Amino acid sequence: MTVLALEGITGGYGDTEILHNVSLKVDPGEIVVIIGPNGAGKSTAMKAVFGLLHLTEGRIILDDKDITNTPPQRVVRQGVCYVPQTSNVFPNLTVQENLEMGAYVRNDDIAPRIQEMYELFPPLAEKKDQAAGTLSGGQRQMVAMGKALMLNPTILLLDEPTAGLSPKFRGEIFKVVRDINAAGTPILMVEQNAKQALHIADRGYILVDGENRLHDTGEGLLANPEVAEMFLGGRGSAEQ
Amino acid sequence: MTELINFHLIPGIVLGSIYALGAIGVSLTFGILRFANFSHGELMTLGAYFTWTIIQFVDIHPLLVLPLVMAMVAAVVVGVDQVFYKPFRKSPVIILVIASFGLMLMIRSVTQFSWGVQLKTMIPGIQKPYVLFDWLRLSPKHVMIIIAAIVLMFAIHWLLSRTKTGKAMRAMSDSPELAQLTGIDTEKTIRATWIVSGSLAAAAGVLLAVDTHVETMMGFKILLPVFAAAILGGIGRPYGAMAGGLVLGIVEEMSTYPWIGTEPLLAPGYKAGVAFAIMVGMLIWRPSGLFKGRVF
Repeated sequence: MTVLALEGITGGYGDTEILHNVSLKVDPGEIVVIIGPNGAGKSTAMKAVFGLLHLTEGRIILDDKDITNTPPQRVVRQGVCYVPQTSNVFPNLTVQENLEMGAYVRNDDIAPRIQEMYELFPPLAEKKDQAAGTLSGGQRQMVAMGKALMLNPTILLLDEPTAGLSPKFRGEIFKVVRDINAAGTPILMVEQNAKQALHIADRGYILVDGENRLHDTGEGLLANPEVAEMFLGGRGSAEQ
Repeated sequence: MTELINFHLIPGIVLGSIYALGAIGVSLTFGILRFANFSHGELMTLGAYFTWTIIQFVDIHPLLVLPLVMAMVAAVVVGVDQVFYKPFRKSPVIILVIASFGLMLMIRSVTQFSWGVQLKTMIPGIQKPYVLFDWLRLSPKHVMIIIAAIVLMFAIHWLLSRTKTGKAMRAMSDSPELAQLTGIDTEKTIRATWIVSGSLAAAAGVLLAVDTHVETMMGFKILLPVFAAAILGGIGRPYGAMAGGLVLGIVEEMSTYPWIGTEPLLAPGYKAGVAFAIMVGMLIWRPSGLFKGRVF
């Protein structure tokens, strides 16, 4: 069974077509990474899941249900949580309030889940009454992920979670991503730090100019000389 | 000193509280719906007329019907939103501004048509002030206005910081896109925003009418200082709007005190200009306002 599948989607914003016949899927328990050059439509593919795109062809399937063109609020209720690359926290709300908002669609007691988030992201526990906008980039990213995890999502979408972070924080974020996945949440991630991302990925897709270019296991892509040359910035240099 | 407090500071706090209540609504609608609501002043007027009408039939103090009137105006504004603003949710901001401008004219015309344009008094007669410590003179209506404003501001604070709806309102004011992606029910939050800003506008109108009188232009006349207060506090910052309102009210009243010599520093006729001077200064030197609001 597949958790999430994009089946031959074509579409864009308004009349501009960005994605052409893109297909990808995420199976239970997987980390799947989308890499590719700037402007390849990586983030756009993710936004398509959230009904933020005008699709002219193709379907988006979540747990055997067709969710094509479902508005964002309803997609969240179906268990898909999305962490955008930028402005992914409410800066004037406290850390705790951000987590509470992440659970907006839940009506039961969310206190235990908030506690779990503080265990997953210890630095946030000390800053729970601080406005999220005052945190460092790495911590803000943690708030954003914690907020998305409040719903125990069936799948988590991460858009460049390490963009703009120092190497130290980058490592931490990748570790957290693995922890979240180990706890059972499948993850679909767009990542600029392709090499590190592929190391933790089960499978990877390479998009170029809004089309599927390559698809293989994480290791397979890392071992592919063409991929190393074109997308990983030559041998070994993409490590940092 | 006694004169400064009795005739400038206290009326300043009273006027400031009224500005503050109006400005909270302007600031919230601006933050969440992203447009300057010109019809906000008319909601104040409407609140005053509803109250005046009710007390013609039932002989009780106008402030006792305040909760009922707030609910009535909130109902009106929620209805107005469904008919006049909802179709424009995804339209450019300017369309909403113009729609609210049109609505302002419509509501005012309906008010003038229904109640006439003559001045009406909320509480007839002259009230004897309370005298404390032999020098502090507090008129009963001022005391009631300040208490009512404080109660409402605490209620707003509780709503925004303790309830799910209030937090969703702040979240949406921070980022409507993220609010949507987070699964926040944006339509429900917008409705809550209208209820809050409409009922506060009604309260501001009633308090203003208790302090002065009821007339069809009253809301429009204080709309501009209310905007100034919202800008002074920082657009989209309800606490800033409270502070901005109080500062403006107090500064306006203080500006007519004879600070130098025996003449008023500013002839009372010009005191309305003080709000604009502050607003213009603020927009030039610190456009984000006292509480770091949004800058456009």
